[in-house]
Amino acid sequence: MHKGYVLTKKELKRESILKTALKLFSAHGFHKTTIPDIANALNMSVGNLYNYFKSKDILAKEIIKYTSEVLGQEIQKVNLQNISSKEKIKKIVELYFKMAKEKPEMIEYFLRVYLSHREVFNDGCEGMLCVSGFVTEIMIFFDNGVESGELRNQDFFSAFGLFMGYLGGMVFLKGENILPKKLDEYIDDISENIYNALKA
Amino acid sequence: MARKPKLLWIQSLTCNGNSHSFFNHSNLFSILSHFELIYFPLIETKYSLEDVLRKKVHSDILIIEGAIKEDLTKGGVNIKELIHHYAKESRYIITAGTCATFGGIFKQSEPEKISGFAFDKENEKEDILSLYEHRLISLPGCPIHPKWLSYVLLMIINRRRIPLDEKNRPQELYGFTVHTGCVRNEYFEWKIDTHGFGHKEGCSFYENGCQGPFTHGSCNKILWNDTSSKTVVGTPCFGCTEPDFPKERLFSTKTNMGIPQKMPLGIPKRAYLTVTGIAKSFKIKRLEKKVIDYEK
Ligand code: SF4
Ligand code: SF4
Repeated sequence: MHKGYVLTKKELKRESILKTALKLFSAHGFHKTTIPDIANALNMSVGNLYNYFKSKDILAKEIIKYTSEVLGQEIQKVNLQNISSKEKIKKIVELYFKMAKEKPEMIEYFLRVYLSHREVFNDGCEGMLCVSGFVTEIMIFFDNGVESGELRNQDFFSAFGLFMGYLGGMVFLKGENILPKKLDEYIDDISENIYNALKA
Repeated sequence: MARKPKLLWIQSLTCNGNSHSFFNHSNLFSILSHFELIYFPLIETKYSLEDVLRKKVHSDILIIEGAIKEDLTKGGVNIKELIHHYAKESRYIITAGTCATFGGIFKQSEPEKISGFAFDKENEKEDILSLYEHRLISLPGCPIHPKWLSYVLLMIINRRRIPLDEKNRPQELYGFTVHTGCVRNEYFEWKIDTHGFGHKEGCSFYENGCQGPFTHGSCNKILWNDTSSKTVVGTPCFGCTEPDFPKERLFSTKTNMGIPQKMPLGIPKRAYLTVTGIAKSFKIKRLEKKVIDYEK
């Protein structure tokens, strides 16, 4: 999960459990997926899996932290580039859609597990606790844009909802097979719309 | 017995705030007893202002109050030139207050012409520093706390070394931020705003523009009137010790889409936002409540 040092065997195992559980939860739903299902898919014993995660709820929360970190790290790469906010918006839209295509389970998990099972996440994932990796980078993006004068200084949640709600909504429509075109074909228009809504 | 060091206080462009602040020191006369007071605007001495202007006196410790303006004269004497005259013979030169140190409020009126003695805002005036750097002690503050000056004077009298930072400020006084020691730290930690002024509870960083976390000073270690501080009574710190003082809109926090523009000293924004996001996610009942319920 962290850059810059080699993961130990135990950390690697932990990550592979997260990835597998993420896929199963996203595909079959949170309630229908059991710990034995996950252990089975990994060829490990249920008892050993419990050594890593004490319960299904805990696993679910660790997954949201994990996906948020992964997405946050991708956005951080964009934030660190010396380009305009307008260009950053396009890059963020691109990477979001790329992730929706290549790792659909990550976005699916966020939309269909995290947002739909608040009872699981209320205890331990209150507020931004488990999504801070991702939200922090969006904050940095906004802050840099306002600081440079390119973006309008407005309420954080109005801007955040506009940006992320829009992207989430498009991926949701895609998942429901409603979109007539491929996601990629919307990138230019969507980036333009977001920029127009956020620019100073 | 060795003769007492001569203490000379010279005013340039000033509101007298620092003289009055020092005059309110609870042990003023005991401190002054270690010096031969040559001139101080609020206490009578053997010498008159005229003697000072005519260069009839001498100085070992020169205290400068007020901003420097090239062509400022008093009684027909150019004050900048007068300051240099006494600075040359002094063992210590103390700039008392933000105006004398960085330019302060007076600089606002003619930014091009007015500055501090050895600094112009954060910029070093190299011609001055090359002459006086090793004798210079900066005491910014609007005004200075009387005990900041007495600390320096007593360290000098006791022949103790005064560790200074890169702007010649005593580290003992300016090595911390004003945030250090504020009674509202717990509210800062959990990101709970005070929502108004003068309340016992909450922190002024999020809405009211408190600059304590990025202002060098010891207002919450050495209390004002030996009693309290701005931030303790529920007013934001204005950052009056900083080179860029005064800023604008001192009663509101400047934000970019809700994110504070200025970070606590030395804290990267990414680190701050990560920790804040987490702290904010919890509702701490005890801290959300009033400490004393006066309605009962
Ligand atoms: S009121 Fe100011 S000094 Fe006090 S804790 Fe809050 S930010 Fe710090
Ligand atoms: S609390 Fe801030 S504004 Fe007030 S005296 Fe101290 S440094 Fe200056």
